Amino acid sequence: MATADHQAELTRAGANINSSWSRFTYYVRRYPLGAAGALIVIAFVVIAIFAPFFATLDPTTTNARTSLAPPGGQHFLGADFMGRDMWSRIVYGARISLMVGIGSTVLGCFFGVIIGLLSGYYGGWLDLITQRFIDIMQALPLLVMALLMAASLGPSLENTIIAISIPIIPHVARVIRSNTLALREMPYVEAAKAVGMSETKIAFRHVLPNTIAPLIVLGTAQLGSAILTEASLSFLGLGVPEPHPSWGRMLSESAAEYVRTAPWLVIFPGIAISLAVFGTNLLGDAVRDILDPRQRS
Amino acid sequence: MTSTNAATAPAANPKAATPAEGALLTVQDLTTYFFTRQGLVKAVDGVSFELQRGETLAIVGESGCGKSITALSLMRLVPDPPGRILDKSRIVLDGVDVMKLDESAMRKVRGNDISMIFQEPMTSLNPVMTVGDQIAEVLLLHQGMTKAEATAKAVDMLRLVKIPTPEQRVREYPHQLSGGMRQRVMIAIAVACNPKVLIADEPTTALDVTIQAQILDLIVELQKKLGTAVILITHDLGVVAEAAQRVIVMYAGRKVEEASVEDLFGASLHPYTRGLLASIPRLDLIRGAEDTSPGRLQEIPGIVPALHDLPKGCAFAPRCTYADERCKAEYPAYEEKRPGHWAACWKSEIVAGGTNG
Amino acid sequence: MATYIIRRFFLMILTLIGMSILIFVMLRLVPGNISDILFDAAGMVNEADKARLEAELGLDKPIIVQYWTWISGLMTGDLGYAYVSEKPALDEILPRIPVTAKLALLALIFSVLIGVPLGVISAVKQDSILDYSLRVFSLSGLSLPSFWLALLILMAFVHYFGWIPIYTDKPASIWHEIGLLSIPALAVGFRASALIMRLTRSSMLEVLRQDYIRTARAKGASTASVNYNHALRNAVLPVITIIGIEAAFLIGGLIVTETVFNIPGVARFLVEAIRWRDYPIVQNLVMFIAVVTVVVNFLVDMAYVLLDPRIKYDD
Repeated sequence: MATADHQAELTRAGANINSSWSRFTYYVRRYPLGAAGALIVIAFVVIAIFAPFFATLDPTTTNARTSLAPPGGQHFLGADFMGRDMWSRIVYGARISLMVGIGSTVLGCFFGVIIGLLSGYYGGWLDLITQRFIDIMQALPLLVMALLMAASLGPSLENTIIAISIPIIPHVARVIRSNTLALREMPYVEAAKAVGMSETKIAFRHVLPNTIAPLIVLGTAQLGSAILTEASLSFLGLGVPEPHPSWGRMLSESAAEYVRTAPWLVIFPGIAISLAVFGTNLLGDAVRDILDPRQRS
Repeated sequence: MTSTNAATAPAANPKAATPAEGALLTVQDLTTYFFTRQGLVKAVDGVSFELQRGETLAIVGESGCGKSITALSLMRLVPDPPGRILDKSRIVLDGVDVMKLDESAMRKVRGNDISMIFQEPMTSLNPVMTVGDQIAEVLLLHQGMTKAEATAKAVDMLRLVKIPTPEQRVREYPHQLSGGMRQRVMIAIAVACNPKVLIADEPTTALDVTIQAQILDLIVELQKKLGTAVILITHDLGVVAEAAQRVIVMYAGRKVEEASVEDLFGASLHPYTRGLLASIPRLDLIRGAEDTSPGRLQEIPGIVPALHDLPKGCAFAPRCTYADERCKAEYPAYEEKRPGHWAACWKSEIVAGGTNG
Repeated sequence: MATYIIRRFFLMILTLIGMSILIFVMLRLVPGNISDILFDAAGMVNEADKARLEAELGLDKPIIVQYWTWISGLMTGDLGYAYVSEKPALDEILPRIPVTAKLALLALIFSVLIGVPLGVISAVKQDSILDYSLRVFSLSGLSLPSFWLALLILMAFVHYFGWIPIYTDKPASIWHEIGLLSIPALAVGFRASALIMRLTRSSMLEVLRQDYIRTARAKGASTASVNYNHALRNAVLPVITIIGIEAAFLIGGLIVTETVFNIPGVARFLVEAIRWRDYPIVQNLVMFIAVVTVVVNFLVDMAYVLLDPRIKYDD
C-alpha cells in the first residue's frame, strides 16, 4: 500500500520489477541524497564491525612520548593527551556510537511499540493512564531526561543505552498508538473480530504488522538523535565511561583547552559524529519519503 | 450566436485565422503541453474558438479531456513546469493579445478582465482570511480603491450574490460558511471587477444537488445583469442545456464537435457526443425503463486514453462502435458538416443518420 | 473555548504533578542511596555520622513525607539547601536564570530568523540547486552536535582573532552582553533553525499546493503577494506549534553550549549539580525545566487557538 505508487512508477518507467538491480538503481536515482546517506551508514557499520582491521594501533594503549602528537607519521590523525592514536580511537568509537545508537533505538522502539499498541488497541483506562504518562515523559527535553536517567543509573555502557532509550519510548508509543487507533477501524480488523479472533491475537496478528512502516521511519529518524544524545552525554562526562573510546568523550576532556593547543583532537571526533548522524538523517529522510507518501514533498 | 469559428485540428488552417467581427475572445490553436517524466502530455492540442459578448459557451467532456487546462491556459495559470502553453497559441481578448503580455501586465488582466470560478468551493478560499478581505483584495488590486471602499464594495458584492446578512458575513471566515455560500463568495470575487469574461470551471460539481441549481441560476442571472460573457466548463450536459447557447465538446485535448445547444442536442454529429447524451439520466426514460435498450441509460465503454500515449488516428476510435480502419489510421478533419455545426469525425453522416443514443 | 482552556490548564497541572513524582522517584529509589553516595564522597566512615547526615537531610522519614516536604517547600519558595554550597537552593538557582533566559531567547530569535526565510525560499524554489543546498544545510544543522559547533566557533575565534569571547559577569552594556551571548546563541540557534526550516519548507510546500493559492493567482495577485500574504500566513501556523518542541531543543543545546562557553547559567549548573550529586539542586532544576517546557507548550497551544480562525474548541 505504502509503496504502491513507486511500483506504478517502476512499471511506467518500463523497469522489470522482479529485477532487484533495476529496483536498486531506480531508488538510487530517485533519492540521491538517501543513497548517499545509506552509503555513509554502511561505511560506518563496516568500520565498526571490522574495527580491528581498520585500526592501525590499539585504541587504549597509552604512550607518554606521543602525548598530543600532531597528525602525521604513525598517528595520522594525531594522538591525544595520553598518547593514544586518534584514528584507532575513532574507528573503535564507531562501535560504541553504533552500539549505543542502535541498542537504545531498538530498546526504545520495543517498549514504545508494546505500550502504543496496547493503549491504542484496548483504549479505556489503560489508554488514559499511558497517555498521561507519555505526556509526563515528554514534558522533559530529551537530553535532560537522558541526563537524569544516566545520573541515577550511574555511568556504564549498558546504563547509557538504557538512559537514551527511555525518552524514545513515549515518542514511539505516541505514533504507534495513533496508528493503531486508525487501524482498529479497518474493515479487516472488523472482519477478524466477526470471525471470533481474540483481541490480543488481532492486535499482534493484524495491527502490529501494519505499524512496521511507521516504525521503520521513526526508528531511522531516532537513530541519528540517539547517536547525538550519546555524544552529548559522554561529552558532559555522564555517558560511556573510560576506557571505551566514545566520540563524545574524546571531545570532553578539556576540549576548550585543546582548541588552542591541539585542534586535531577537537576536529576529527566531531567530524566522525557529524558524518554518522548526517548519514543517518539523510537515510531517514529518504526512508520516510519511500514508506510514507503522505509526507512526501 | 452562430460563430464562423474555423480551425482545423491538428494543424491550424491559415484561412480560418480571420476572427469574426466583434468577437470578445478569440482563441486560436491553443496548445498546452505537459513535459512529464512519463513523456509529453498533449493536454490541449490546437483548440480554437470564439466567444461573443454576453454569450455563454459551454465546454464539455469527461474528466481528463483538457477542458480545465483550457480554462487555466486562458488565464495563463498553467503550472510551469511541467506545463507550457506553446508560442503558436493565440488568445485575443477584446483586441489585446494576451499571450504577448508580460507577467505583470497579465496580472492586471487576471481577476479584472477575465476571472474564474473553481470547482472546489471548500478549498478555494484562503482559510485564514475573512471573506470580506478576500473580495476586497481583488478590488484593491485592480480598482485602485481604498481599504474602506473595497470593504464596502465587498458587502455589496455579497448582497449581489444573495448572501443573507452580508454586513455580518463579510467579517466571517470561510469555515463559517456552507459549501453553497462559499461558492457564492467565489462568484462575488470573480465578478467584483466586472470582468469581460467569466470562466466557471465545474462550478456546481462539488455541491449538493439542491444547491447546484441555485448556483447555476445565480450565474445565469448575474450574466444577464452584468453582461459578462461566460465560459462554462462542465461534464454535465444538463447544466449545458440550462445555461449555455453554444457548446464545444472536447475529447483527449482536442475539440471534436461544436454547435448551438439546439443543434447539438437535436442531432449531434460525433459518436462521443452521442455517448455523452446517452448517459444523461432522463425522467421519461427512467419511467419507461422496460423499453428496449436504446432508451436505457448508457455509459461509454472504455476509458479516456492516456494523453501521453494517444493512438495515431482518432483518439475516440478504440471506444467507438462506428470506427473502422480509416478511423484508426488517420485523424479525422475538423469540418463544418452543417451550417454552424462542426465536427471531427469520418463517420458523421452515418452518426447523423442513426438514432440518438 | 473557555472550557478548553480550563481543561488544558488542569491537564498541565496534572502533568507537572506527575513530573514531580517521576523526578522524585527517579532520584530516590534508583540504586545508590543519596546518603551512601554523600557518605562516600565526604569520606566518612562512622555509622553514627551517616545516621546524623540522613536525619539532617530528612532521609530517615517515610518517602511520602519526604515528597510532601519537597512539594510544600516548592509552593512556599523553600527549595531546601544545596549539598555542595550549603546555601539555600533557591539562592543558587535564581541568579543563574537570567543569563540562560537571555541566551535561550536570543537563540530562539536566531533560529526563527534563519529558519523561516530559508524554509520559504527552499519551498518556493523547490527542486532547484538552491533548494537542495538549503536542505543539505538544514540537515547538517540537525547533524552537528551543538557542543562541537560551539568548539568550532571557539576555534575560529582563536585562529582569526587570537582571543576567546568569554562571558563575564558584568558586561559593559546591553549591546556588549548581546554581542557576547550571540556567539553561543548562534551555536544553539543553528541547530534549532534547522528544525524550523524543515518544517517551514514542508508546510509551505503543502500550502502552495492548495486550491486557494490558485484562487489568489487567478485574482491577479503578484507572486510575492501570493507567497507572503496567502501562503506564508497559512504555513507559519504549524511552525508556531513547533516552538514548544524548540524549547526542548534549546534547553538540550544550552546544556552543552553553556558548558563549552563557560556561561554561568542554569543549564550548565544542572550538569555540575548532577556531577556533584547535589540532589536538591538537580531535583528543583529539573522541575524548573519541566515547568518551563510545559508552560511554553501551553502558551503555544493558546497562541495557536488565537491565530487560526478555524480552530474552535467548544467541547
